[in-house]
Amino acid sequence: MRKDRAFKIILLLLGLLIIILLSGIFLSLVFSSIPSIKEFGINFLFSKTWSPVNNKFGALPFIIGTLLTATLSLLISIPFSLSISIFLSEILKNKFISKIFQTFVELIAGIPSVIVGLWGLFILAPVIRNIQTKIGVQPIGVGIFTASIILSIMIIPYSASIGKEVISMVPNEVKEGAISLGATEFETLKIVTLPFSFKGIFAGFLLSFGRAFGETMAVTMVIGNANRVPVSIFSPGQTMASLIANEFTEATTKLYTSSLIQIGLILFVISMLINILGRLIIRRFTF
Amino acid sequence: MKKFLLSLILLGLIFSLFTFYGCKSGEEKKVELLGAGATFPQPLYNKWFDIYYTKTGSKVKVNYQGIGSGGGIQQLMERVVDFGATDAFMSDEELKNALAEIIHIPTALGAVVITYNLPENPKLKFSGELIADIFMGKITKWNDSRIKELNPDINLPDLDITVAHRSDGSGTTYVFSDYLTKVSITWKNEMGTGKSLDWKVGLGGKGNAGVAGIVQQTVGAIGYVELIYSEQNNMQYGLIKNKKGNFIEPNLNSISKAASVAIPKDTRVSIVNTDNPEGYPISSFTWIIVYKEQNYGGRDIDRAKALVKLLKWINSEAQDYNEQLLYAKIPDNVKKINEENINSITFSGKPIE
Repeated sequence: MRKDRAFKIILLLLGLLIIILLSGIFLSLVFSSIPSIKEFGINFLFSKTWSPVNNKFGALPFIIGTLLTATLSLLISIPFSLSISIFLSEILKNKFISKIFQTFVELIAGIPSVIVGLWGLFILAPVIRNIQTKIGVQPIGVGIFTASIILSIMIIPYSASIGKEVISMVPNEVKEGAISLGATEFETLKIVTLPFSFKGIFAGFLLSFGRAFGETMAVTMVIGNANRVPVSIFSPGQTMASLIANEFTEATTKLYTSSLIQIGLILFVISMLINILGRLIIRRFTF
Repeated sequence: MKKFLLSLILLGLIFSLFTFYGCKSGEEKKVELLGAGATFPQPLYNKWFDIYYTKTGSKVKVNYQGIGSGGGIQQLMERVVDFGATDAFMSDEELKNALAEIIHIPTALGAVVITYNLPENPKLKFSGELIADIFMGKITKWNDSRIKELNPDINLPDLDITVAHRSDGSGTTYVFSDYLTKVSITWKNEMGTGKSLDWKVGLGGKGNAGVAGIVQQTVGAIGYVELIYSEQNNMQYGLIKNKKGNFIEPNLNSISKAASVAIPKDTRVSIVNTDNPEGYPISSFTWIIVYKEQNYGGRDIDRAKALVKLLKWINSEAQDYNEQLLYAKIPDNVKKINEENINSITFSGKPIE
């Protein structure tokens, strides 16, 4: 009995530690951002200038870059991850083969992002360059579009496996009901299964969006690292995460460091919101 | 539960192994000097310190971490290292903020080269103003009349110029922009000098490798990298017109020549756009920085002595290793200044033997 209690207390303390850690990270981000918040105020979010030479900083190009790459990558990934989750849960009846497929999909998530980035830089970028030459855009290969493709590959496993789980949670009776009414497999999917699991699938997309939002290494390698607002999807750009990865080590002045940390704060808050929203939807998703 | 406990114990054992390992090196009586800073001279420093370790009979071990020039300065200011290393000398303001007087010791020279990727791989000539206008996006085509003017014999293609620059803060960008600030008024007004700039055009690559990657992959690209990097990767680079009007090929000799000019006693000087007629105009020192007074933070005299000895060795014999690793040697005029500065280092106010 006493051992039991001690065990529970240890678990509680360790659990609390995580909460303290998370709030600690948040507070230290806020604290270190104060010089930049004081200097630029709300304008920090809307200014296009990022000039370390003149000590003037604004986050707009990076907020746009991040939103653009994350959204594009989500759009690219949706057809793939949706097909994979339907295929694995509904079409592939053999449990064993389905498991193998799923393992491979999940293995994609295990590839270190720097390797995905290298692949993007040396294999994908030349392909994009060829496409750009054909359609008459300056053939630079890297940029928002390339980064989005790389990101979409990295997030497919997330939305696909959540999608698979929620689709297989649709009760058999409902599906059987549709089939007994004469619906084909596709019609059952369209009328019953997908509407039933829509919220869960959506939450999966939201979580993978959050993942795309914060991805750093692979994006840094293929986005072109230009601190400007992108003018087209082929433009080079910069995301909040890649900016920090690029510039933090040599940010010498206090205001420079503080501005980078404030970018980190914005990234942290938005990612948290996306994650919390995704989780709320998943929790509400009960049959 | 048992398994869990067992793995905990195992984990503990592994950790303690590491700590014991760390202690062991401290037990034997020898000095381990700590240095941190610029990544540019890191291959050279690693080689030096390796040789020095053997040379001193495993007595003096130098542990150098390439964390970037900014980090090197910061760590010296916080007194957590014995010496810092930087590619950009400390500003007056930084020196004012330091706890005590800091001296700069140039250890080697490097250069930034203009590298590009063009069909037929021609050797091009550039002037400072031309480079500035290309990297500001004011010249956008390779067959622009201003490039042709300096390279009349070369058949330049009708190709868009893709500018490649560093995306990370870097001493290379500092030296490059320092040079362009000195030779172009437009650059001075619109871009300025710094480790990171507000680039108007082009793509950013992380590190020399990133910039080199963009240039090698993109036909029509132009970028700037360390000479060492372009040599190792067989990249074509351009000749640059220096202050005296000569087009200079970047090599170890022309880089050393750039520093064969009047150098102030504190060696905090930029040698870009050098007055030497044979000097390559985008050359730069890399420095080791140390405190002039070595008795601080509980350091003992042995440590200070070891440091001074190391610095003296760097300023003399070690220089012979520079060229194999493609770093230019410190010219004699600068060696002499270094010697005086190293001799001025004290411990509790007394010079160190």
